[in-house]
Amino acid sequence: MSPASPAIADRRSTLLWLALLAATALTWAIGEGHASGPAIAALLLAVAMAKGTVVVLDFMALARAPLLWRIVLLGWLALVCALIGLAYWKGMP
Amino acid sequence: MHAAKHTLSPSLPAEPRLAGDLAIWIFILAELLAFGLFFAAYAFARAHDPALFAPEQEALNRNAGAINTALLLTASYFVVRAVHAAEAGRGRQGARWLLAALGCAGGFVVIKLAEYVAAFNAGISLSSSTFHMFYLSLTFFHFMHVLLGMVILGALWLNARRGRYGPRDMNGIESGAAYWHMVDLVWLVLFPLVYVIR
Repeated sequence: MSPASPAIADRRSTLLWLALLAATALTWAIGEGHASGPAIAALLLAVAMAKGTVVVLDFMALARAPLLWRIVLLGWLALVCALIGLAYWKGMP
Repeated sequence: MHAAKHTLSPSLPAEPRLAGDLAIWIFILAELLAFGLFFAAYAFARAHDPALFAPEQEALNRNAGAINTALLLTASYFVVRAVHAAEAGRGRQGARWLLAALGCAGGFVVIKLAEYVAAFNAGISLSSSTFHMFYLSLTFFHFMHVLLGMVILGALWLNARRGRYGPRDMNGIESGAAYWHMVDLVWLVLFPLVYVIR
C-alpha cells in the first residue's frame, strides 16, 4: 500500500478512534438508561456493525486488501449481527 | 486517444494487498468462526427465556465493560500508529506505541479480573445459571485471546525496539497487528450482546 502521506493516515485513524470511543459511550449510555426493546436492540447492533466495519476496513487495513477478504470479514460481522437480531426477534413475547 | 500513456503514472493506487501473513489471516478466520458460533449459541439460548436472562444481564458492571471496550479500541489505535510509524521508516518510534498498547491491554486484564473476583464473591459460578455459564465462559474465552494478544504485542515491541520493522519489513508487525484487531473486533460484538442487549 502507501497512503498519500503518513500524516494523513495518522490523522484519519485518530478521528476514527475518537468516533469509536463516542460510539462506545452511546452503547454504555443506552445500557445505563435501562432501555430495551426491538428498536433499541436494532440500534445497538447497528452501532456494533458500524464500529466493526471501521476496525475491519481501516485498522485491519482490509480497505486496501483484495475484495474477497473484505467480503469475508464484513460478511462475518453482518451474519453474526443478523443471527443475534433473529434470536432477539424469536425471543420476543 | 493516447493509448497506454497512463500506465506508469505514479498516482495509480497500489495493488490490493493483504496486510500481514496469509497464515495469520487463516487463523483469524478460524477464531472468528468459533466466536461467531459462541455468540449465536448465547443469543438463541437467551431467546428461550429472555425474562430469566434480563435481571442477570442488568446486574453486570457496564462501566467496567465500557471502559474495557475503550481500552481495547485504544490499544488497537496505538497498534495502528505503530504500523504507520514502521511504514514511514520510524520503526523504533513505533515501539513506544506498542508499549502503550500493551499498557491498555494490561488495563483490560486488571478490570476483567476485578469483575471475575466480584462475581465469585457474589457466589456466581458456571453452574449458577444459564446466563452466568455463558457470561463466564464467553468472556473467559475472549480473555485468553487478550492474553495471547499481549504476548504477541510484547514480541512486536521487542522487535520494534531492535529496529526490525521498516517499509521493507512489515510482515511481522502487520501480522501481529491483525491478530490484535481481531481480539478488539470480537469484543465490539460481545460487549453489547452480553452487557446491554435485553
